[in-house]
Amino acid sequence: MNAAPWLILFAPLTAAVVITLFTLRSRQLSSYVAVTGVFVSFLAALAVFAGPDHAAGFNWIDVGIFQVPFGYVIDDYSKMLLLVVTGIGLLIQLYSLGYMADDAGQSRYFAALSLFMFSMLGIVLANNFVMMFIFWELVGVSSYLLIGHWFERPSAADAANKAFLVNRIGDFGFMLGILMVWSASGTLVFGDLAQKWPGLNLSPAYALAAALLVFCGAVGKSAQFPLHVWLPDAMEGPTPVSALIHAATMVAAGVYMLARVFFLFEGRWAALGVVLWIGLATSLLAALMATQQDDIKRILAYSTLSQLGLMVSALGLGVPHAALFHLFTHAFFKALLFLGAGSVIHSLHHEQDIWHMGGLQRRMPLTFWTFAAATLALVGCPPFAGFWSKDAIVATAFGRQPLAGLVISLVNFLTAFYMTRLFVVAFWGSPRSSSAEHAHESPAVMTTPLVMLAVPSVLIGLPFIAPVFVPSSEPEAPAILAVLVSLLVLAAGVALGWRFYRGAAKDPVHIPLFANRFYIDAFYGRLVRYTQDALSTIAGFTDRWIIDGGIVKGLSGATFWSGFALRFLQIGNLQAYAFLFGIGVVLLLYIILFAS
Amino acid sequence: MSFLVHLIYLAPLLGGFAVLGGAPARKTALGVSGAAVLAALLVFIGYDHRTAGYQFLSKLTLVRPWDLKFLVGVDGLNATLLLLTALVGFTAICLSPEIVEGPRRYLACVLLITAGAAGAFASLDLFFFYAFHELALIPTFLMIGIWGSGNRQAAAWKVTIYLSLGSIVLLIGLIGLYLLPPPEQRTFDIIKLQQLASSGVFNGPGSRTVYLLMLTGFGTLVSLFPFHTWAPQAYASAPLPVAMLHAGVLKKFGLYGLLRVALPLMPESAKHWTPLLLVLLACNLLFVGLATISQKQLDMTLGYSSVMHMGYVFLGLATFNQIGLSGAALLLLAHGLSIAALFAVSGEIRRQTHTLDYRDLGGLAQTMPTLSVLFGMAMFASIGLPGFANFASELLVFFGAFKNSTPGAGFNGFQIVGVIALWGVVISAVYMLRAYRAVFLGERVARWQTLKDMPLALSWPVALLVAALLIVGFAPQTVLQAVAPAIHLFVK
Repeated sequence: MNAAPWLILFAPLTAAVVITLFTLRSRQLSSYVAVTGVFVSFLAALAVFAGPDHAAGFNWIDVGIFQVPFGYVIDDYSKMLLLVVTGIGLLIQLYSLGYMADDAGQSRYFAALSLFMFSMLGIVLANNFVMMFIFWELVGVSSYLLIGHWFERPSAADAANKAFLVNRIGDFGFMLGILMVWSASGTLVFGDLAQKWPGLNLSPAYALAAALLVFCGAVGKSAQFPLHVWLPDAMEGPTPVSALIHAATMVAAGVYMLARVFFLFEGRWAALGVVLWIGLATSLLAALMATQQDDIKRILAYSTLSQLGLMVSALGLGVPHAALFHLFTHAFFKALLFLGAGSVIHSLHHEQDIWHMGGLQRRMPLTFWTFAAATLALVGCPPFAGFWSKDAIVATAFGRQPLAGLVISLVNFLTAFYMTRLFVVAFWGSPRSSSAEHAHESPAVMTTPLVMLAVPSVLIGLPFIAPVFVPSSEPEAPAILAVLVSLLVLAAGVALGWRFYRGAAKDPVHIPLFANRFYIDAFYGRLVRYTQDALSTIAGFTDRWIIDGGIVKGLSGATFWSGFALRFLQIGNLQAYAFLFGIGVVLLLYIILFAS
Repeated sequence: MSFLVHLIYLAPLLGGFAVLGGAPARKTALGVSGAAVLAALLVFIGYDHRTAGYQFLSKLTLVRPWDLKFLVGVDGLNATLLLLTALVGFTAICLSPEIVEGPRRYLACVLLITAGAAGAFASLDLFFFYAFHELALIPTFLMIGIWGSGNRQAAAWKVTIYLSLGSIVLLIGLIGLYLLPPPEQRTFDIIKLQQLASSGVFNGPGSRTVYLLMLTGFGTLVSLFPFHTWAPQAYASAPLPVAMLHAGVLKKFGLYGLLRVALPLMPESAKHWTPLLLVLLACNLLFVGLATISQKQLDMTLGYSSVMHMGYVFLGLATFNQIGLSGAALLLLAHGLSIAALFAVSGEIRRQTHTLDYRDLGGLAQTMPTLSVLFGMAMFASIGLPGFANFASELLVFFGAFKNSTPGAGFNGFQIVGVIALWGVVISAVYMLRAYRAVFLGERVARWQTLKDMPLALSWPVALLVAALLIVGFAPQTVLQAVAPAIHLFVK
């Protein structure tokens, strides 16, 4: 058995444990332990990348008729993502040394970050459904800890809860899907399933349900509509966390998982159609919302949602390679955008409103230029990285489902528009606040990662570089047409953004529907209040006053059995009726479920 | 080596009387419960699951014509539960506050509860199995009545009436069980009873009624819906060590009884009543789960949550296959450890604040970091986060429920309840995270500026429980392989 994959996985866990048990009191020592952990992982990932494909594992649970393996699989997919996660993870931990230098909870932060690295790498390495689910939940909890890092802020504490709970809803479907897949096939291991699943004689409805339930997991983790609401709120966490977890890696886990288990969807058009349109809806809605946000991190968060939607629609189009290619390039330039935003926020003393920025291009040149490179990559300007990966998706979309191609082009137009808005308002013109006036470039420990991320953001998509990392795929449609459309919408978006926001002192566009996120969050708030909270209040009341009141008071009252019997005969005794009603409900359930 | 098993219940029993008789109270209590932990650990490690069967046996015949004897021994199942008992018993002693009124009686009661629970788990004889449990209940009632908080008298009465009635129904069921075989084969010996089961003597007329009585009796003790309403109020009123010991350990007696006696002896009757059990446990999961969300106090939330989580154990038992039963057995341990840790921490909060109402509390993580971390870990364990033993157990329960289906076909009752149980995981996350948010996170509350963090003397016993959850969570096979022989007895 090759030790390198285990080293990748357990080095960050070791760091997390060491910090928690021994170095909590020393902030500096804790950060070094964490960086060492991820550095070891990175080196091991390089070794694995150069090595052969293989798989190994052992039984974690074995109860005779049922085994849960714990194993890893090294192939093109996992090799690529291992490099992304450990590489970007390393840069972001270095950046955090500067960004979190004054934070009292630094040890806690680095412990949680190390726990996250462990969990995320577990998802990448997992060779079976249960192991993936285990790490899936663990990234959820590390995300909870990091969003809630400043837990004394009510908004951060609420955001952490929201993220965890929304993800749990997705995971409910995910686990159910896993159980259905296992129940039909008798195995959990991806390799076995890929061979076995197509040959199983399943009813189309069962196969569709299983696939869509597994997709639910991705909808939660990758923040797809209708479970997208947690991601913008997650920006309450420290900015490096937003870069690593809520932009580059964790939120992409859903896309990675779907690519891993694509055999569930292969050739099943109904399932693929749902995936495609969920992805497109997310992408379009998020892009529209992004046009009206004022918080620099929130704009980027909606942009992340939109790009994740694009990746998911690529899966729905049946091209997992293209989805992973965009995941790969997006990880670099989106991490860079967030770190650049973090550099601005840090320099402006935690100012996040773009309308309080402006005039930063000369005050923060490194941040400015790297941010520009990342923006060009995101909007898909050739030859930057995003151009190539987006083009792969657009071309396929026009080839297979022209309507999808149009929607994606519209999204690309909006992306160009809101990124121009962000860039022009935040960086150009004259400073709109005193903190922007006194801005200065961030320390080298923060700008070095910016530069190191800018290089791949520019280069990594090039046709002679990308295939080294990304499994190859051939575009189907005449790519020329797609390229032309893309360039056209790009130019239109930039021009429109430039026209509206050049020199603007406040937002000339005002669309409440977009600014208020289509009122989806407010609607969910009501939904929870009127369903779950109402039901729980009724259940609590019934339990206390009817079941307890009906039985216990009946039994323990002075009249005991006779009184108990009498109560049933008394006309108008509410409690007794309610108790009978309760019994009736149970009987009814019993009959519905089992009387056949 | 069989003296080790005796040590687990005898040490706290004798210790309890010694404390009453004037021995130095806290030192004696710590000594005997520490010795019990050591003995339980040795027994657990010493149990050889490859040989299987009952080990560490010893017996003392009392009434030969009835085949009544004092028979003690372990297999992996009760060895695990004895370890749980000893561990929680020890931590409960460590966390017992200094009591002004009757400190000796207080600690003696805690020791007697531990001794009773351990005795019930160690006995392989129906009579002592039942009697030890009753022994543990009496000090439980007393402690709630004397040292409880809130409306303690009412809570004590309620729990007494409820559990006594449950015990009586159970007693009738056990007597019925004793009378089922022909007179010359009647015995209290659980090992012999299990051997008799294959001959079919427990499938005769009346066996279904006997099983239903046992299910009701055991069920009441475990707070099976609709006989659960005693639990939340009792735990809210109970002094800290009682809440830990009852929710963590003593409550598991009913489930252990089902796993040890009812299911192996009467599998046919068990299957007959499975649909009823599924409906009731679904109510535990969904109805009680929802009721938990509406609670406004931490102790009530924990009390309700422990009622709800019993639904998972019952689901594991209902599946009647090796996967679900293994999960149920593991969950006995996991839930016991996690709820004990949660009650320990919440008790410590109440000791300082005198309130557990969400509207009063907030921001405690800033003044009590260690305590908050411990509570957080126990909380994540209880809502089934991977890495903790609870996850592995619940996972097995789910897979057990889905094992009972035709591959690729629609859902039957097991899967429908399985889906409810899965949704229960969401529900538990809702009430637990809301509780954590309300008590520990958010802005500082001026009233609580002066609270003290948990001192090491109190935090390390809780950390011990959390560590046990993590160890079993990472390596569940350590417990699963130990309990396998007990399940193989009646499930092939």
